[in-house]
Amino acid sequence: MSGFDDSLLNEADETVRIRMVVNGRKVAWEVAPRETLVDCLRDRLELTGTHAGCEMGACGACLVQLDGRAVHSCLIFAVQADGATIDTIEGLSERGAIADLQAEFHRRNALQCGFCTPGMLVNAHELLSQVAQPSREEIRDALSGNYCRCTGYEAIVDAIDAVAKARGTSGGVT
Amino acid sequence: MKARAFSYFRAATIDQALDAHARAGDDARFIAGGQSLVPALSLRLQAPRLLIDITHIDELRGVRREGGHLRIGALTRHCEMLSEPLIAEFAPLLHAAAPFVAHPAIRNRGTFGGSVALADPASEFPAMTLALDAEIEIAGPSGRRRVKADDFFIDLFETSLQPGELITAIYVPLFRADQRFAFDELARRRGDYALVGCGMLATFAGARIDDIRISFFSVGNTPTRVRGVEATLIGSRLDAERVVAAQGALEGDLAPPESDEVPPAMRLHLARVLLGRLLGRLGEGA
Ligand SMILES: Cc1cc2nc3c(=O)[nH]c(=O)nc-3n(C[C@H](O)[C@H](O)[C@H](O)COP(=O)(O)OP(=O)(O)OC[C@H]3O[C@@H](n4cnc5c(N)ncnc54)[C@H](O)[C@@H]3O)c2cc1C
Ligand code: FES
Ligand code: FES
Repeated sequence: MSGFDDSLLNEADETVRIRMVVNGRKVAWEVAPRETLVDCLRDRLELTGTHAGCEMGACGACLVQLDGRAVHSCLIFAVQADGATIDTIEGLSERGAIADLQAEFHRRNALQCGFCTPGMLVNAHELLSQVAQPSREEIRDALSGNYCRCTGYEAIVDAIDAVAKARGTSGGVT
Repeated sequence: MKARAFSYFRAATIDQALDAHARAGDDARFIAGGQSLVPALSLRLQAPRLLIDITHIDELRGVRREGGHLRIGALTRHCEMLSEPLIAEFAPLLHAAAPFVAHPAIRNRGTFGGSVALADPASEFPAMTLALDAEIEIAGPSGRRRVKADDFFIDLFETSLQPGELITAIYVPLFRADQRFAFDELARRRGDYALVGCGMLATFAGARIDDIRISFFSVGNTPTRVRGVEATLIGSRLDAERVVAAQGALEGDLAPPESDEVPPAMRLHLARVLLGRLLGRLGEGA
C-alpha cells in the first residue's frame, strides 16, 4: 500500500533527482530537498534574472511561471516542481512573449535599479493573460505583491495600461 | 534564511500520506501550497525531518455538488475560488472573500485546505467556514470524520486536527435564493492581512432575517462568530435602529487582544464600522 520507505527518514542530507523543462529546455538536477526553486534557477542554471529579495513571499522579485501561472520561486522547493514547466524572465524575453511590455517599461522609465523589474514583468504578463483590459485599479491590485523601492508605481501602471490597450487594438498578441 | 535539511516524500494517495506521517511521528509536516509553511521553514520556526507533499493526491482535488452541499477538495487553490463557476454560484461568500487573500501569485499556489488547517486568526477563509456553517472532513489513522466549523477552531493556530490528520475536503451548504451574503475587510494595503474583516450569511423570510451567521477575523485568537449580534438581528427588518443595536452588541462578543499596532478599542471601533457597512449592504440586497 505504502510507497514510503523508512530509510528515507535518515537521508535528509541526500539529494534527489528531478527533471523539469526550463525555458523550453529539458534539465535534470540532483537537488537537496531544502533547496528552493529560486536558488536552483540562479545557482545551477545561472538564470540570474529571477531575483531573491525577501525570500518570504513578500517582495515579488522571484516570480516565475510554473505550468503557465505566476508563482514565487522562493516559496517552493525545487523537488516540489519535479515534472513542471518553468518559464523565467529570460525565457519569456527570449521568446518575445513580453517584448511589448519590456519596450513600454523602457519607454516610460518604469524602472530604475531593475531589481524588482523581472517580477513586475512576470506579474504584468500573468495579469494580461487573465484579464485582457484591466482597469488601473485592477493593475494596482495585481501589483500589490511586488515591491519597487525606487520608481513609485505610476509609470509601471501606465506601462501595463498602455500595453493592454495596444494589445486590445491590435487584436491581441500573447 | 534556509530551511534545515529534511527528507521529502511525494504521496500519491491519502493512505500513503497518513502512513508516512505515522512513521515519522511528530516530526513530519504535510505540505500543500507551501505559502505559509515554506516561510516558516526558512525562518526555522519549524524544522521537521520529513515533508509529505500532498499536492499529487487526486482525491483531495475538485469541487462538486454532493446532496445539499458543495464539496470543496482540500487542494482547491485560492485562485480557483475566483474562477470555479460552482463556487461563484453555490458558495458566493468564498468567491467574494478570495480577492482579499494575499496576492495573485500566492493565490495561484495556496490551498483552501491549507488555509483552514493553519487556522490563522487573520485569514479570510477559516472565518468564512464559520459564517457558512461548513463542515471539515478529516482523514486520520483511525478513519474519517466530519467536524462542524463551530467546533473546529480552538485557540491560536490550534484546531481539532490531531497530529498526522489530514483535511480532505470542506463541505459548504449550497447557497439558496432566500439567502444574502456580504464580505469586506479593512487593511492598510490591498493584499495585507486585515486589521479587521467580516463575512456574513443571512436567510430571509420576506423582509425579515430568519437566520444569520456573522464571522469576524483579525479580532482575536480564533476566527470569531458574534452570537450576541446575531441574536439581536434575528426576526428584524434590518432598519437603522436595529443596525445600531447590533453594533452595540458587538462589545459583548469581541475582546480584541492587546497589540502594539492596533489598540483593542480601535479594533473594536473598526469592527463596529465594518459591521454597520455590511448590514447596510445586506439590507440593500447585497
Ligand atoms: C506574503 C503573504 C501574504 C499572505 N496573505 C494572506 C492573507 O491576506 N490572507 C490569508 O488567508 N492568507 C495569506 N497568506 C497565506 C496563504 O494564503 C497560504 O496559502 C495559506 O495560509 C496556507 O495554505 P497553503 O496551501 O499554502 O498551506 P501550507 O503552507 O502548505 O501549509 C500550512 C499548514 O497547514 C498544514 N496543511 C496544509 N494542507 C493540509 C491539509 N489538507 N490537511 C492538514 N494539514 C494541512 C501544513 O502542514 C502546514 O502546517 C499569505 C502568505 C504570504 C506569503
Ligand atoms: S524573494 Fe520571493 S517574494 Fe521576495
Ligand atoms: S526598479 Fe529598483 S526596486 Fe524597482
